[in-house]
This record gives sequence, structure tokens and C-alpha cells, in this order.
Amino acid sequence: MDSLSLTIGAGEFLTLLGASGSGKTTTLRMIAGFDHPDAGAILMDGEPITGLPPYRRTLNTVFQQYALFPHMTVRENVGYGLRMRNTPRAEIGTRVVEALDMVQLGPLGERLPRQLSGGQQQRVALARALVNRPRVLLLDEPLGALDLKLRKEMQLELKHLNRQLGITFIYVTHDQEEALTMSDRIALMRNGRIEQLGPARELYERPMSRYVADFIGETNLLGASAIRRLGDARVHLTVGGTELNSPVSTGWRDGQPAWLAIRPEHLHVAAQDQPALPVTVRESVFSGQVTRLYTALADGAALVMHWPAGQPVPAAGTTLRVGWPEDRGIVVGD
Amino acid sequence: MSATSGAQRLRRLAFAAIPIGWVTVLLLLPYLFLFAHSFFRLRSGVLTHEFTLENYGRLFGTGLYPQTIFFSAGIALRVTLASLLLAYPLAYLLAFKVKRHKNLLYMAVIIPLWVSYLVRAYAWKIILGQEGILNGLLISLGLIQRPLEVLLYSKWAVMIALVHIYTPFTLMPLYASLDAIPAALKEASQDLYASRWRTFWHVVLPLSLPGVVAGCTFAFVLSMGDFIAPILLGGNDSALMVSNLVVSLFGVAYNWPLGAAVSVVMLVMTVTLLTIARGLEDRWSGKTVRRSGGKAVGPAGLRA
Repeated sequence: MDSLSLTIGAGEFLTLLGASGSGKTTTLRMIAGFDHPDAGAILMDGEPITGLPPYRRTLNTVFQQYALFPHMTVRENVGYGLRMRNTPRAEIGTRVVEALDMVQLGPLGERLPRQLSGGQQQRVALARALVNRPRVLLLDEPLGALDLKLRKEMQLELKHLNRQLGITFIYVTHDQEEALTMSDRIALMRNGRIEQLGPARELYERPMSRYVADFIGETNLLGASAIRRLGDARVHLTVGGTELNSPVSTGWRDGQPAWLAIRPEHLHVAAQDQPALPVTVRESVFSGQVTRLYTALADGAALVMHWPAGQPVPAAGTTLRVGWPEDRGIVVGD
Repeated sequence: MSATSGAQRLRRLAFAAIPIGWVTVLLLLPYLFLFAHSFFRLRSGVLTHEFTLENYGRLFGTGLYPQTIFFSAGIALRVTLASLLLAYPLAYLLAFKVKRHKNLLYMAVIIPLWVSYLVRAYAWKIILGQEGILNGLLISLGLIQRPLEVLLYSKWAVMIALVHIYTPFTLMPLYASLDAIPAALKEASQDLYASRWRTFWHVVLPLSLPGVVAGCTFAFVLSMGDFIAPILLGGNDSALMVSNLVVSLFGVAYNWPLGAAVSVVMLVMTVTLLTIARGLEDRWSGKTVRRSGGKAVGPAGLRA
């Protein structure tokens, strides 16, 4: 871990996104109290919790492999936290039932974890954390072990729970699509630092660096040269032999190497008078919602575009002039 | 097709015949002989093949044999408890606290098993004897004037040696069961407001119970059946161990039928104990599920 500063609002859904080894899980474990920062402080409602052991922190965690107690029934698992806080027996009973109903596991209370499917175990883990009504819920890649369909369902469900309960969610994932779907804000992490922090749309449309543009969504990154500032937010540059103007990321410093980032869905065949890149079609791949056209610039650089549905797909070898709405491209630094 | 499967079946049978034959000749037949002998009559020192129950009558009729069995069980129980108290903290440290040289430390516990049993038992003779290391140490420290005689040749010496010899057997299953507990379970418990101690009590200890049962069974059964340590270290107390009684019945008194009867009783006790232990292990490791919606569910029912 390097240095990191992060302020999370009450009730917010914040995602720590990053590749493995980027420090996202370590950050979560520090908040939970399992790991300890060398320096610095963790505050909750203005109170320092840095020195508190995990069992003194009023937050709960949903673990990656669920970590359900195998020797306890679902009911005993969910009631564990309340029991450890010496909650009256009757209250434990009603709150466990409520929590199990909330995750639609009402009738399975007497089962052991091994008798449940992955999705059901996941819900038990969620109920076990939420039954304690924590201020903050930490989720460590909780959907990683589920199949795609179930994962999409759970993503929505988690988002709804976050809204309904008003609990702050801090969510760790390496899946950028999941992060985009669920989060109010995303902190994209790299080498123990936050590379960019902001709303999902901002990270997608206004990446601060080549790394962010590449990590989130599909992106074409084209090496740019002869860059000249036209103001705070725009530059003149040359890409693949074509001169053009483009917005520039606030993360780019003059003199840094630069790339032009364009999403495949913003590329189209350009009109005659528009600035455009000449490309040669290599192949096309149909994948349901979209047809991807894989093309190459004159210098060999690859460019992927989404071909509009219903139009005849050009054959390999065809040359095209490809353009995009100017404000849809962005120049980023390293 | 059927020809090959026939040949295959024959080959499989041939393979199976070796272990089956082995077990039959070396285990089942001797047990059968033992069992049969316990019903034979000894007529003026000569073994006859007449059926009788008088061996069992003598066994249960005189106080000596039940007393000896209880005494031995008491010794074995104490050895078991001491082994457990020594092995559990060590296994816990090995499983959770030691990060580096874990295998080395584990081997350090296991390696004594490669040293001959006799050497290990004799070592205690050297340590506890009148001219032994312990007496020497106590005298040089000025704690005692003359060497203590009670150290060696007493049931205490036997128990110390048995604890030393059988603790590794207790440690191995304990370590295996503790090591299999995922760290995330301890973290989950702490995350749910349980202190370290309560985490141990509610999560770690229950999940290690199968290892505790297996380890204790080893220590109890092995020390109950031990007869060499009592001979070497037990002095007059040695005669009080049931295995020594069996040895003298067979070897000295030449009363094979009575010796066989005592052995059969011990065998029945041991098998009963092992069956109970296995039941507990299965239950605590969750192989049989307590209940599911009111009816019992076995492991086969879970996969559905």
C-alpha cells in the first residue's frame, strides 16, 4: 500500500475497483480492522477507529468466500453477531427472521451452510452482516463465485438494499462492469493508490489517465504526437497521420506522452468534409447486441468500432474513413 | 466385450485377494484364535479344548481383574488429558501463529516417533533414576539432600513416559483439524463482535473437536495397551496395568484361556470406545446433519 486518502459519504455506495494487487482488498481490510496502516488514521463519524480491534468496530463485512460457520445452522449464523453483543434472546429471534425474510431465505433457517447453493450462501452472508444494522457494510468481491445471471440479479438487489437501508456500502471488485452498474462513486486503484475517484459516468467519460480509460469499458488508445494546447481543456494533435482537435483530460501535463482514447460505440463512418482516420477492415465479429469491426490504421495500430445494427457489414480489406463526435474523444497521459 | 470384463473382474479379484488374505491371516485369524481360547478349559496346567465360561466367571468374579482394568483406564485417562493439554496449545500455535519454519517445527514434534520406543522409555530411566539427571539437578540446586526414590519406579514415571511417547499422536490429528479452519472464519467471528477468546470458544474449538476426539482416542487406546513402559519404569506399580497382567498370564502363569478372556474384554472395550469416538467425530465434523425441516438428512441427500 502507498498513500491513500478517501472520504465516504453516509449511505453512499462506493466501489474500490482495481486489478489484483492494486490494494483494494487491503484497504477494505484496514477499514474492517484485520490489517493495520503503517501511518495515518481511519475515522468513522469523526471518531478514530484506527486502533480498535475488528470486534469493537460498528461495521460488518461480507467475505469473498462467505465464511459462514459450517457447524452452525443458517439461523445460528445470522444470529451470531447479535448473540456476541448479548442481545436478548427474543429479540435475536425476531431480527434473524426479519433478516432472513429480507434476503428471501425465510424457510431455510434450520439448514447448514453446506446444504445451500452458492447464491443462497451469499444471501446468508449478507443477512448475517445486515442483521446487526451496521452503519457501514464492507463487501469483499461478494459476487465473485456466482454465475453471471445470478450475479446480475444480486447486483441490483444490493443496490436496492443500499438505497432502502441507508447503510454505507464499501464494495471491492475487480469487475469494472459490476462497479459501473452499482456504484455512486468508484475509486479506481493502482499500485496502492487511488488513480481516479468519481462517479461512474465520470470515470467512463472523463478518464484521468490511459490506465483508467483502458481499465473501464472498451477503449481504443491511439498514440498521439505533435500536441499543442488550444486552451485549458483542448489540444491540437496528430493521430495516425491525421491532424485534429480534441478535449484533453485534466490529468495530462504538457510534455507527457499522450494517447487519444475513443470508445468503440462512438466511432462511425465519417462524412467527406469531417476529419477522419483512414482504416482497413480486418474482420468483423457478431456478438448479439453489437457487431465489432476490427480495423487497422495505416501504421498498423488497431481500432475497434461498433458497427450499427441493420447496415451491411464491410468485408475484410475494405478501406473506410472513421470519425467520431469531437467531444467523445479524450486525450490522456500515462 | 464380456470376455474382457470377465478377465478384468478376475484381475480385480486377484488384486483384492492380496490385502484380503493379509488381513485374514494376520488379523482376523489371530483374533479368532484368541476368542476361541478364551472359552477353553485349563485342566491341571494343560490346555484342553473343552468349552467353558469359567474364564469369564473368574475374570468378573474376582476383584483383581476389573480393578486392574479400571486402574489402567484411570492411568490412560490421565495420560490422555495431559497429552491433550500439551498438544492443543502447540497445535494451535503451529496452525495459526507460526508463519515461518512451520514444517520444521511440525517435524520436530514428529521426529521423536522415528526413535525407537525403547530408547525413549529408557531415557526416562536416566532422567528420573536415583543417580539420574533430575535428582542430580535438584541436589545441586540444594532443594533436596538425598536423591528422591519416588521419581522412578512409580505410576508417575509411567505416566510421564507415556505422555511423552503419545503426545505426538494426539498432536497430529489436532493440528490437521485446526489447520483446516479457514482464517476467514476467525475474521468473520471477530467482525461479528466476538473477541479473540469468544472466537476460540464458539468457532475454533467446535471445529477442532473431531481432531480432539481422534487425538484423545490415540492417546487413550495406545497408553491403555502399553506394557513396556510399566515394566521399565513402573516398579511395583507395573503389575497394576492390565496389559502387564495379560503378558504375565500368557508368559509366566501359562494360563492362556484366562489371558485370552482378559484380552477379549479389553478388545471389546477398545472397539466400543473407537465406535463412540467415530460417531462423535462424524457428528462434529457434520457428516450427519442434525435435522432439516424436522427430518434427518444424510450426506447423500445434500447433493440434490
